[in-house]
Amino acid sequence: MAVRTYREALNEAMREEMDRDESVFIIGEEVGQYNGAYKVTKGLLDEYGEWRVRDAPIAELGFAGLGVGAAMAGLRPIVEFMTWNFALLAIDQVVNSAAKMYQMSGGQYHVPIVFRGPGGAALQLAAQHSQCPDPWYSYVPGLKVVAPATAKDAKGLLKSAIRDDDPVVFIESELMYNSVKDEVPDEEYVISLGEAEVKREGGDVTIVAHSKMVHQSLEAARKLSTDGIEAEIVDLRTIRPLDVPTIIESVKKTNRVVVVEEGWPMCNVGAQVVDDIQREAFDWLDAPIARVSGLDVPMPYARNLEKLVFPNADHVVAAARHVCYAD
Amino acid sequence: MTGEPTESTAAGTEEVAEDAASGNGRPRAEEPDFLGMSREESVELLRLMVLSRRFEEKTAEVYQMGKIGGFCHLYIGQEAVAVGAISALRSDDYVITAYRDHAQALVRGMSPDSVMAELYGRVDGCSKGLGGSMHLFDESRNFMGGHGIVGGHLPLATGIGYAIRYRDGDQVCLCFFGDSVVNIGSFHESLNMAARWRLPVIFLLENNSYGMGTDIKRVAAVEQLVDRGRAFEGLTSLAVDGMDVRAVRAATGEAVARARSEKTPSFIEARCYRYMGHSMADPSHGTYRTREELEKWRSDDPILSFRRLLIDSGRLDEEEYEDMDRTAIEQAEAAAEFAEQSPFPDPSTMYDTIYSDAYPHGIGRRDAWRKELS
Repeated sequence: MAVRTYREALNEAMREEMDRDESVFIIGEEVGQYNGAYKVTKGLLDEYGEWRVRDAPIAELGFAGLGVGAAMAGLRPIVEFMTWNFALLAIDQVVNSAAKMYQMSGGQYHVPIVFRGPGGAALQLAAQHSQCPDPWYSYVPGLKVVAPATAKDAKGLLKSAIRDDDPVVFIESELMYNSVKDEVPDEEYVISLGEAEVKREGGDVTIVAHSKMVHQSLEAARKLSTDGIEAEIVDLRTIRPLDVPTIIESVKKTNRVVVVEEGWPMCNVGAQVVDDIQREAFDWLDAPIARVSGLDVPMPYARNLEKLVFPNADHVVAAARHVCYAD
Repeated sequence: MTGEPTESTAAGTEEVAEDAASGNGRPRAEEPDFLGMSREESVELLRLMVLSRRFEEKTAEVYQMGKIGGFCHLYIGQEAVAVGAISALRSDDYVITAYRDHAQALVRGMSPDSVMAELYGRVDGCSKGLGGSMHLFDESRNFMGGHGIVGGHLPLATGIGYAIRYRDGDQVCLCFFGDSVVNIGSFHESLNMAARWRLPVIFLLENNSYGMGTDIKRVAAVEQLVDRGRAFEGLTSLAVDGMDVRAVRAATGEAVARARSEKTPSFIEARCYRYMGHSMADPSHGTYRTREELEKWRSDDPILSFRRLLIDSGRLDEEEYEDMDRTAIEQAEAAAEFAEQSPFPDPSTMYDTIYSDAYPHGIGRRDAWRKELS
């Protein structure tokens, strides 16, 4: 197996799927000549030409909707948003067009489309460029929402998303594109949407996380282990459909839960996870569930304040010790 | 890029000139002709307009009886636009439209039964009762829907055009929308991309002067809406008399020809009028327009004027027209009867068309406490 960065894994996934299926094309800002604002589409224009790698005007609503129409007419578009912050201009197309078309057409029109790009904060990009879109899309029936944490998952899940007949919101991360690297199988593989993965086994506390926070949680687990607390890390990978059975199985094993995510605390993914646990495993809990999230503020620019907003491994450690009554 | 913005020179599309007689600002044809249509073809246009009119009248009637729920936007008065434009298409072309979509569906060949059943929310509706009045679809006719968000379907039309070119096809996509769309961002984004990448899309603006109850002149910083299209190189923009089915057919036909051969898009403003309120919930006149204005447009009705033309030219006699009208009324009656008899969708199908594949871990897991669904 070869080690790949998160960025390279995404690039390989698109390349392989474009080779496999001529109906797959990419549209977005800077995806072609510039090789991608974050170089995720590097080299693809040269290889596939401008009809399959289309540089779009800065018109998110327009080119997202173009993708939906093309999908209805039989193509498989990959719509790249330079970041999910800009996708707010296009959310009408993602929600009102892509997510609802199959149902409101009485099952006649599928919308096989992937909307992808980085979500969450990077470094000192301030309020309008630092936010997590995960809950906004996870709320919507008709969408699937994916947020991988590793290069291997990113590749396998993106390939599945491209092959999927429904609209998929695929959330990446500026901070992970280069810093996350891991072993990726040499042979062809896909990872099914809707399947969480236990990234670390442990018997004392379940930590549920996705995307960047999986890495913070793994770091926290190492620290907890030195104090004799073994954490089990459930990486959601897909937020919608949420793999509730895998979460519940882990909860029944550990009886204690911490839910971690980067975004705001109100109505976020963790709130849903907590609800599913109390619905299906209330009697298995030995302590109230703890939630770790970003602070409930628009991201401030100042470096010291931004650092305070971010959840980190120490926050996860504290929450885990709290639910284990270890303090 | 090829093709400067040009103006068509077809009959009925020559200029954007105020019509002295009506004062409605519609460009008018000097000499009536039938655009080379056979007698049968021209009579068919009238039949489709009459069918649309009678269907909508029946729709209004059953709506008032409480048979149809929700929003219901009627097309009465605008029939020449849907009929003129869609009659210029091939069966493998694409049609996409906004929420005032009943006539487009009928003219495209969808059965009155399937459209009315959809309005009733029944399982035999063209969208299985899941879409309703605003969301009529028929994949077999490339009828890509009725869409409910003003301006939201213009990017979709652009994407359909992209798919046509991607596959080197010679189809076109015809996209209907109302006058209020010219102020929305998606209009500019769509026309820009269609023009820049030469996509075979015909953007057909049905200017009935009002976005719901607001006169477009009160909210658009442009005198002639057609001028909005002139900002885009490679896009042909023109205005036609939307009360004249021949003018709409001629302009659309030329746009179709350009789209097939040169892959260039067009923007057509068809000036027309709706006789009813914005939706069934609204008055036809009073707060935002006068009865006199309404009556003036009604006196130039697209069906009556085309019928007169056909009779005067010997293409149709009164008896044939009466037959045509009676048949349309019967079709509308039969459609309502069909819809009445059609079952409601089975609750057990609630989740069948949310996702294309099997949903792992059970779709509707959080709804399981609602025992009536099981």
